[in-house]
Amino acid sequence: MADDDTNQDKPNLTTGPLTEPGTDVDATSKMPENLPEGDGTGEVIGRRDGMFGVRGTGDTSGFGGLRRQVALPGGTPKPYGSWFDGATERLESLVGDGAIEKVVVDRGELTLHVERERLVEVCRHLRDDEALRFEFCSGVSGVHYPNETGRELHAVYHLMSMTHNRRIRLEVSAPDADPHIPSVVSVYPANDWHERETWDFFGIIFDGHPALTRIQMPDDWPGHPQRKDYPLGGIDVEYKGAVIPPPDTRRSYN
Amino acid sequence: MTTTDPYATTRDTTEGKVFTVTGQDWDSVVAGLGEEPEERIVVNMGPQHPSTHGVLRLILEIEGETVTEARCGIGYLHTGIEKNMEFRSWTQGVTFCTRMDYLSPFYNEAAYCIAIERLLGIEDQIPEKANVMRVLLMELNRISSHLVCIATGGMEIGALTVMTIGFREREMTLDLFELITGLRMNHAFIRPGGVAQDLPPGALDKIREYITWMNKHLPEYAELCNANPIFKARLQNVGYLDLTGCMALGITGPPLRSTGYAMDLRKTQPYCGYETYDFDVPTWDTADSYGRFRVRLQEMHESLKIVEQCADRLAKMEGEPVMVADKKIGWPSQLAVGTDGMGNSLDHIKHIMGESMEALIHHFKLVTEGFRVPAGQAYVALESPRGELGCHLVSDGGTKPYRAHFRDPSFANLQAMPIMCEGAQVADVIVAVASLDPVMGGVDR
Repeated sequence: MADDDTNQDKPNLTTGPLTEPGTDVDATSKMPENLPEGDGTGEVIGRRDGMFGVRGTGDTSGFGGLRRQVALPGGTPKPYGSWFDGATERLESLVGDGAIEKVVVDRGELTLHVERERLVEVCRHLRDDEALRFEFCSGVSGVHYPNETGRELHAVYHLMSMTHNRRIRLEVSAPDADPHIPSVVSVYPANDWHERETWDFFGIIFDGHPALTRIQMPDDWPGHPQRKDYPLGGIDVEYKGAVIPPPDTRRSYN
Repeated sequence: MTTTDPYATTRDTTEGKVFTVTGQDWDSVVAGLGEEPEERIVVNMGPQHPSTHGVLRLILEIEGETVTEARCGIGYLHTGIEKNMEFRSWTQGVTFCTRMDYLSPFYNEAAYCIAIERLLGIEDQIPEKANVMRVLLMELNRISSHLVCIATGGMEIGALTVMTIGFREREMTLDLFELITGLRMNHAFIRPGGVAQDLPPGALDKIREYITWMNKHLPEYAELCNANPIFKARLQNVGYLDLTGCMALGITGPPLRSTGYAMDLRKTQPYCGYETYDFDVPTWDTADSYGRFRVRLQEMHESLKIVEQCADRLAKMEGEPVMVADKKIGWPSQLAVGTDGMGNSLDHIKHIMGESMEALIHHFKLVTEGFRVPAGQAYVALESPRGELGCHLVSDGGTKPYRAHFRDPSFANLQAMPIMCEGAQVADVIVAVASLDPVMGGVDR
């Protein structure tokens, strides 16, 4: 895997409000979940209210007023460390400006956010260029961020270079209103079933796929089950008079 | 008259006439085709067929005995594990992912837990003993998984002795799992931060007995099969897939190594301390079903070597911790065997109920709420018995995974079925599919 020295680029989640010297600060007030809303770092994907998953009940715990911002690690400035600099520079010189929207180095893993129109071109260079040579694609999966307006659907590709023993992650986003992403089956035939699965579960349409049909769910299934707006479903379970609701309607922490 | 037989009826559909054939005379089916028989015959093999390894549906277009086109139909075992994991705490997720590829549960657990540990940034704080126990269980699991592959593969081509001895040895491996984890399958034993509990007393002796037994009996498979003319005739040059095909289709594991490429993540991207063990990566150069069989056979010997090294290390590690020291992450409760079976250890109950208020609070918080994982994503790949098993986790900083996705090697490898089977005989389809060793629990998740 990647070198340890890349770990220094961890998300700076603990940056709280500056404290006056000498102020006694409880350690828990520095924890990321207790930070006030809007510290502005990273890619904001939503807001977390309160402590428990249920809404509209008489929450007497006092946690109901908690407001926390949910943010994924944001873009990393250069240098990225390790082989990441050389590889991204090589790729940028091959595909030109604008194809790579953002580079994130987090927890020793390199993520390239790619402009969706340029995805196939980027993949082709990643596979064919001798210095990059990411000849193995371990598939694509979707992630649904309903609160990220205009970039709700993400497709995440994990590539590996067996030649150079490196791994890289590509992330492409599409809005819910226009869920189209070009298919990379022409570059990585291995993605055939993975793209079908991502279409099945998230409703992302991979343009240019040879036969984009459902693969896990029945052909006439309505909806795309892994999306966040699709309920988990389930029924109450009753045992000796006590009733347990299904997991998605249970009182739980969030 | 067969027309009233509910198990062998014909019916007209928009696709043409459909026959249900369950072992009656083929001539009567052909006669039923009428005056102008259609040339094309499409056979649905499965999803309930003893030779397709679980609920795999093969759609074969045949001409005589030759398969002209082959496709897979999957999804019959889809249980929404990934979706369910989004509604359970990080620790509870182990119980779900262990049920995916049910023949290699420890790999699912390990991939998931290492991904969580990377998100938490505690990868280098995992106790040494926990890592050795993970390697031990994973390698025992590789043996049991390959044994099932060889045993059921043998059964499907009529080599019943291979099946009976294969399941005999597998059962001994599962006995070890039961001793160490309490369960034969679906263990949920590897947990974020380490493993659920220490080795029970006497486990090392049992492991050594097992190694002695396996060293004596593993060569039996080679003696029965390696040079057996019927076995070779059924396997050699069947299900051919060369290195180019493997790379294009993303095939990993024994099918890739049977092309002569020694690709093994344990060597190239070691995890859990694999770089400190002495073992080889077996390859073969025929790229066919026979080569895959030989690769698996040899891998079991290599796994046994690793198990032996683990046992030696564990013997020197008595009493060392098996869970990360951070009390905010490590599961608080140890398990113990009581009069009514395995449950929470009474010492722990005494501690939280009678001695320490803080311990009770900790226990309660961790069990009801769980721990929070800083936002971000991680991808961890392991070398499972079937190839690259990847786990992609996304956290939004909460107590539950925002998204959990598993790149299961069975799913990816099964894409090679058509290219391996088209143009071959119907009987070879069975052998080719068996040589990929797909586990439908992992394919469909």
